[in-house]
Amino acid sequence: MAVMFLFSSALIWLVIGIVLGLISSIKLHGPGFLSQLSWLTYGRVYPASQNAVVYGFSAQALLGIALWLIARLGRVSLQGPGMIVVGGVFWNFAIAMGLVGILTGNSTGYEWLEMPRSASSLLFFSYALIGVWALITFHMRRERQLYVSQWYLLAALLWFPWSYSTAQLLLVVSPVQGVMQAIVNGWFVHNLFEVWFSFLGLAGVFYFIPKIIGQPLHSRYLALFAFWMLAFFGSWGGVYADAPVPKWVSSLSIATRVMMLIPMLAIGLNIQSTLSAHCAILKTNMVLRFVWVGAISYLLATLLGIVGALRSVSEVTLFTLYTNAITNLQLYGFLGMVVAGGIYYIVPRLTECDWPSTGLIRFHFSTATLGVALLVLPQLIGGVLQGIKLNDPQVPFLSVVKSTIPFLGMSTLGELLLLVGNLALLVNLLKILPACCTCCLGRVSNSTPQPKAVAVGGRI
Amino acid sequence: MNHGPLIFLGIFLALAASWYGTVVAPLLQFGHQQQVTVGAGSTRYPAARSGQAQRGKDVYRANGCFYCHTSQVRQSGVKFDVVLVSAGTNKAGLISAALLIKPGITADEARKLIEQTPKPLLQGVTRPEADAAAKTLAIPDVKFEIILVPVGGDVERGWGSRVSVAQDYLYEQPLMLGNQRIGPDLTTIGARQRSAASHLLHLYNPQMTVKGSTMPPYRFLFEKRKAGPRPSPDALQLPAEYAVEKGFEIVPTEKAQALVAYLLSLDTQLALFEAPMPTAPKQPELGASTNQTSAAAFTNTAAANQPAPK
Repeated sequence: MAVMFLFSSALIWLVIGIVLGLISSIKLHGPGFLSQLSWLTYGRVYPASQNAVVYGFSAQALLGIALWLIARLGRVSLQGPGMIVVGGVFWNFAIAMGLVGILTGNSTGYEWLEMPRSASSLLFFSYALIGVWALITFHMRRERQLYVSQWYLLAALLWFPWSYSTAQLLLVVSPVQGVMQAIVNGWFVHNLFEVWFSFLGLAGVFYFIPKIIGQPLHSRYLALFAFWMLAFFGSWGGVYADAPVPKWVSSLSIATRVMMLIPMLAIGLNIQSTLSAHCAILKTNMVLRFVWVGAISYLLATLLGIVGALRSVSEVTLFTLYTNAITNLQLYGFLGMVVAGGIYYIVPRLTECDWPSTGLIRFHFSTATLGVALLVLPQLIGGVLQGIKLNDPQVPFLSVVKSTIPFLGMSTLGELLLLVGNLALLVNLLKILPACCTCCLGRVSNSTPQPKAVAVGGRI
Repeated sequence: MNHGPLIFLGIFLALAASWYGTVVAPLLQFGHQQQVTVGAGSTRYPAARSGQAQRGKDVYRANGCFYCHTSQVRQSGVKFDVVLVSAGTNKAGLISAALLIKPGITADEARKLIEQTPKPLLQGVTRPEADAAAKTLAIPDVKFEIILVPVGGDVERGWGSRVSVAQDYLYEQPLMLGNQRIGPDLTTIGARQRSAASHLLHLYNPQMTVKGSTMPPYRFLFEKRKAGPRPSPDALQLPAEYAVEKGFEIVPTEKAQALVAYLLSLDTQLALFEAPMPTAPKQPELGASTNQTSAAAFTNTAAANQPAPK
């Protein structure tokens, strides 16, 4: 039931994040929009929306899925659900503090680490609460044989505290000098997306796809090979080609980034081979569709990231919307879809109630997929065009900016669709919650198999 | 089989390796840079910022200016100029050398070319061409300079004279390089626009200074107040079509003033060992020793570690 708490609050942050994102997106083509208020200026709303989506939604919902998977795959009940809910409450409190900090102008100035120090310390503390109980659950597992997803999950559980605390120490607590900050920041962001989120998301992909089609994963060894490749090469590539640092640092980043082709192909091949004979299920099963779109987005985002890191391509795409396109594909295409699939799969099993409306699920899928496409494709194309024009000094800067506006307009539309789609998920979840409570209470009166979980469930 | 400890150890090694390679090793190499002395004088670079400009940097951070503006100049390569500094006494030899390095010209044109010094003989050539010219010009008594000129979209847009390097950011805390160019690069904005009044007008309403700009107005950094019998010295001089109603005036707050002080402080790019660029006034005596060597010895700054031009 702790999982339900994480899911619900994650979705609320997603909606908040997308609304803020929508505001910032509108500001890009209508600079006068809401410009009177200092806390709604673009440079504050934009990071606030990103932080809400990354830490409020993605991280929280993925942790929820991770907890459920660890318990499920280990055939044990979740340990310390009460402490996890407390951790979750603190986590949400930290994010609220962080967003208020950013909106009132107390951002740290480091990308993806904008939350002020008080908020980030609390975030770390609450992560520790959740993570420790997740590890204890993992340790207590009754099924000793580890499934692939558990490898990914265990790695992810340990990866985040290491990289997050290191980045905080070297940037906020006792800052390093000059460009070293950019390197540490880049390293952290890269680890966050390419390793931590990838591990969590892929754990879901490798669980849900075989489970739904009722067939084992094509190759366990291929998945484990991809795991080690991701772990060893995924974490290096945070420095872009033209960064103002000695060339060997960025070259190392580019080289390891190109190596990411190997895990990418291994993962793609594995999913493709697992699914190939069962494509018919894609038409009927909504969860599979969500996860499948998520997996494709992951592969695409990785590929675009590799291509964009190459020196010759980076010359054009650096400092353009291309970068945003990849981030959005990772956040809304990969994580958003896998999480949605996960929620649609897990919640009925937790609450023993069916989703009130399958129509809303279908509606969510169509709008979210279309939304991601509309958000990412224009930024991708617009970004490349913007980069080409930026590099041509004959084109005045103002006309470079103006040429991106139609693309930005389409992205705003995509963001709006995403909002509508995810509201559908939220509505569905809010409808199932009361039902879930009565379910649980019903069970309490009959028998009391899991008193702890029920107590927590009641609090929700 | 229980793989828990194995996974733990493996990912610890993986993370530690990337941590060592991308964070510790650079930290050891250039994590403790010092101010350097540049030029012939005793200019220390980079200079620390004044208190007001430093407070302005806080305003820059708080309002997230770096989500739209980068602070980093890129360059795609370098070109070379060969400049004659002093023609010396062997005029005939120099003319034939000039004819060799500029095959298209006539003897008359060559004579005119060397009449006045300093005079650029070749402009925008590659390094092998500059090296060849240096060999040809190796005539006793003839003095010339080979000047390295950074090229690239950013440089040609006037956003800077050379590529940004680590030394430039020594005192930046926090470092806000930015990763989007929704607005122009600001590395040298203080040199491009030296007027504080223009900066203030631009912040108050970007449309007044740049028609069609997509930058949001920062009115909350300004105060609208009743004008006294005489306008305040700080009040913005608004153009007629943007004027506020009579009896009121727009006055920048301390934050706006500080932000502008910060923007104005972004005005220096000096030639560094690792990032050479042409220095404005050419001093002939500095080039005295260059006529024996190849293009490797530059008068503007030594550039031994400069990658070979494309």
